[in-house]
This record gives sequence, C-alpha cells and structure tokens, in this order.
Amino acid sequence: MTDKLPRAEEARAFGFETRQLHAGQRPDPNTGARAVPIFQTTSYVFEDPESAAAYFNLQEYGNTYSRIMNPTVAVFEERVANLEGGAGAVAFASGIAAQAAALFTLLQPGDHVVSSTALYGGTVNQLKHFLRKMNIDLTWVDPDNPDAWEQAIRPNTKAFFGETIGNPAGNVLDIETLAALAHSRELPLIVDNTFATPYLCRPIEWGADIVIHSATKFMGGHGTSIGGVVVEAGTFNWSNGRFPVVADPSPAYHGLQFHETFGTYGYLMKLRAETLRDLGAAMSPFNAFLFLQGLETLSLRMERHVENARAVAAFLEAHELASNVTYPGLPASKYRTLVDKYLPRGTGAVFSFDCAGGRAGGQDLIRGVTLWSHLANVGDAKSLIIHPASTTHRQLSDDELRAAGVGPGTVRLSVGTESVEDLIWDLQQGFALVAATAEQKVATA
Amino acid sequence: MIDLARYQDPLVIQRVLHTARTIAIVGLSPNELRASYFVGYYLKRHGYRVIPVNPRESEILGEKSYASLLDIPEPVDVVDVFRAPSALPGIAREAVAIRAGALWCQYGVINAEGAQIAEDGGVPVIMDRCLKVEHARYAGRMHWLGFNTERVTSVRSGLQ
Repeated sequence: MTDKLPRAEEARAFGFETRQLHAGQRPDPNTGARAVPIFQTTSYVFEDPESAAAYFNLQEYGNTYSRIMNPTVAVFEERVANLEGGAGAVAFASGIAAQAAALFTLLQPGDHVVSSTALYGGTVNQLKHFLRKMNIDLTWVDPDNPDAWEQAIRPNTKAFFGETIGNPAGNVLDIETLAALAHSRELPLIVDNTFATPYLCRPIEWGADIVIHSATKFMGGHGTSIGGVVVEAGTFNWSNGRFPVVADPSPAYHGLQFHETFGTYGYLMKLRAETLRDLGAAMSPFNAFLFLQGLETLSLRMERHVENARAVAAFLEAHELASNVTYPGLPASKYRTLVDKYLPRGTGAVFSFDCAGGRAGGQDLIRGVTLWSHLANVGDAKSLIIHPASTTHRQLSDDELRAAGVGPGTVRLSVGTESVEDLIWDLQQGFALVAATAEQKVATA
Repeated sequence: MIDLARYQDPLVIQRVLHTARTIAIVGLSPNELRASYFVGYYLKRHGYRVIPVNPRESEILGEKSYASLLDIPEPVDVVDVFRAPSALPGIAREAVAIRAGALWCQYGVINAEGAQIAEDGGVPVIMDRCLKVEHARYAGRMHWLGFNTERVTSVRSGLQ
C-alpha cells in the first residue's frame, strides 16, 4: 500500500526488441542503476524473524539464499519467461541441469517418457542412462511421425520431449500437432528451444507446456558462460491425477500442495523451492549478467546468424564434396511446410552435412579450415565446426547415430556472424584439403 | 460466454491495489496451506486491513471472522472472493448492499450473473485474477522469483 499513487501502467503489447532489452528489469530502486546490477552475494539479511519465516514458507516473495534465487539471475529468468510467453522461468547452472530439473519436478520412479530421437548427444545420454538409473523408462520415436508418438504412450507416460530444431540433423518438430496429442492424453509437451531461440520460435504459442534452453548458446551468444533455463506456460493441469509429485501434499515442503495453492505458478514454485533447492545447480549472478548482455542483442544476432547460415548452406548444397545438407531453411528441405509455420524468420544457424570421404573426409575438412573454430559448442557469434561422430555423439551406438541423423562423415556447423564471404573462403580451404588427400589416396593405391 | 478481459483491466487493478485499505476475504480458510490463507497473510503483511468472512470460524489471521459481509461494522474497500462460482451472485448482492469499493473474484471464481449484479450496483468487478499476484506484480517482489510480470518500464520506483 503506497500513499503516493505511482503512475499507472497501461496494458501494452511491447515488441520483442523492446522486451529483450527491458523485460524483467526496472531501474534499481535503491541506486537508480540503469544496467542490471550484479548481486554477487550468497545470502540476504532478513528484516526480522517474521519476514524470514514468511520467505521460507513461500508466503512472501523474498530472497533467502542464492542457490534458490538471486536478483540478477531473476532478471534473466523473467526476461526469458517474457520472451517465450511463459508464466515464469527458473535458471540453472547449465542446459543439462535445467533439463534434469524440468524432468525431475514432474517424474518419479516407474514413470515413462516419450522422446524424439533427433537430440543433442548429451541429452540422449541423460535421458537414456541417467533417467534409467532413477527407474524412469524411455521410448525413442521418429520425431516426424505423430503416430509413433501416440503408439508409444503407456499408462505411466508422463511427458513428450523434443527439440524445436533437432541437433544436428535439423528436424523441425511439429509442435502444435504433438501438443494437441499430448494434451488429449493429459500429458505435457516439453520442447528444447535452444537452436531456435524465442526470436525465431515460441513453442508455448503453439501449445508446448515447458520450454528448455541451453542459455550457453545463442542467448548468451558469445561463448562465455554455461547456463540453462526452464520456462513453463502455467496452463497445464498438474492436478489431473497423473502427477502426484506436483499435485499431492509435498513431504519435502510441510505438506504444501504446490499446484492447488499456487495455481498457474505451482510447477514453477516446485521447480525452484524443491528441485533447484535439492539439486543445487544454480546459475551464478555473473553468468546471468553475461546472458542478459547477450539477450539485449538476441534479435539482431539471430537475423545475422540466419542470413549467414542460409548463404553457407546454399554454398554447401552446390558443392560436390558436400551432401545431405540438413539446414531446414533450404528451399528443398522436407520440413518446408513446418518451417513456414513455426520458423518464418529463419531456422537458426546450426546444421550438418556429410563430407565426402567419410570419417577421414570430415576430419580433413576440419584440419583444413583456419577461421572456423574446431570446438564442442554452438550458438557463438564466432563460427564453429565439429565432427559429431568423434566428439559430441561419440558415446552413441551406430544405430543411435543413424537415428540422430549423424553419419561417419557428418560435420556440424554453427554459423557465426562474421563476413560470410570469409566463412565460405575458409570452407573452400577445408574442401581443398579433403580433395588433395583423396587424390593422394588414389595415387598411392 | 463471459468476456473476462473486461474484468481484468490493468488500470482498474492498479487503482484498486493503490487505493484500497480494507479487504474482506470471503471464504478465507484457517488452514495455513490453503491459497486463501497465503493471500490473506500476504495482504496483511503489506499493510492492508484484512477482515475474514467465514461463518465456521471466529478468528483467522488474528482477525475477527464474520458470518457474512453484511455483519462487518466498517467500510470495505475490496471484497475478495474464494468461494465456488455459484456463490458469487449472493456475495455480489451483499457487496452492493455494503457499498464495497470493488468485487475481486480469485482464479476460477467466474460467474457472469454475479459480475452483472455487482456492476449494476455500481461495484467494479475484477475476475479470474489473484489479488496477491497482482499486488506482487505492480508493487511487490514477484520478479524476484523469475515470474513474468509482463511489465516494461524505465521509471525508478520503490519496492514493497
């Protein structure tokens, strides 16, 4: 209650570019600081014992300990939630931690998940091996076949999982169809939107319930920090009888029924107050600050990433030593209809192609380039190149590699924002080495 | 079909939040784990006078509980409703009778007849919104927990 009435804020649908700069932050009430202050603190002084109790009881929105919340991290969380159109968000120390937390909040031993096969190798490891240790079963399905998703549903199925743009094969998820199917069976759809970013696609607008990001990638955009975030739409009915871990009285929170008490915010409250509290994989305030710097230019960078990626993909498609270019933005892509629907502004900047010469060809290409950075990351402003079969997807069997769209000669690119003619020049250097090595082999044979 | 947007005007919500002093909570539970208790506790903490309306209780949150709105011996700025939607017409009639400043219906408390009765009686209606969430959005600390307040402003202001 304030004596002096503040100026009323009208309801206005602010544009994406405005929100990527402002959402989640107001000038600091104490100092007036315009930039987001880095609250590099572990803990927060309580006003009095009653306030402390109210914070720990979740009766008041208050800061207690930076493993659970931090004002700098909170700006990042709200900004992402706003850009994705969710009810809120919770940040984590990495994308993989975010994914584990999103799943652990709604799953319990004996449950089952249906997942797309076209996923980042690290996600495959987590879903296949780590979840199994928790006695959670998984069925892999072809992401392009809705019937396969439906047939995989069991009585104990608790979620659908997929990536907006699959890594690295470039599958485009039919989000609206899968969300409708999931909801008809009272299941949530979880979408990893890392490759698209909310600038190119907002899965919640198409019915997704939970959106996960590796903020490490395009959100941060400069390859400086590891982080992740979970956004929830706030509209799924967790009290439908299938999710006792969300809806029933919580033994880990003095009998609180998160969904009944907090409604729209129930899942998010549980994700923070229990899962983040107990997993401990909190994002650092400094990393949140760097991610916020990245978000301020997200739309500008993504436009450039897309422009460069289109040009590089077109170059590769025409190159005799490259085949199977998986960029879904190519006119001939089999995902054309889905791209027009879900990704009208572009299909990101990460894709793969098969280099002539198989495993050795892919490795020669990487040896031959001098501007593209050979490393295991994507979504940097700098262009990146890697050979998945010997790195990111190394732990996968041949069958799993095929299902993920990875062949022995597959090379994955993350197209940066450099001068595109330099990127193409450098790939030409790489292909020259591939061709030279192939000729040498012919000569010595 | 009820047009809820009509009852969710941010300007009306902010006016109610910033001008109200006394809030009668109809259906306030004495159970600390119920949503109504969370809301009552929060509002009291933020300086509002909270008056419980629950015929089964004599006192909640340290405040005397009344059987009905008609029994409250002081002016009420906001009637906040945590009851089944079907109870709303009766509550709206009482809100008009006591000349309440606003009728606030919590999440899911949606009833077109009740809204009409209040409006016809000159009582503004807010529906399918949480009083605690809206306070936390515009005046409080909801943004500290990463929730989407949907606010965009560069105005420097205080925090409660």
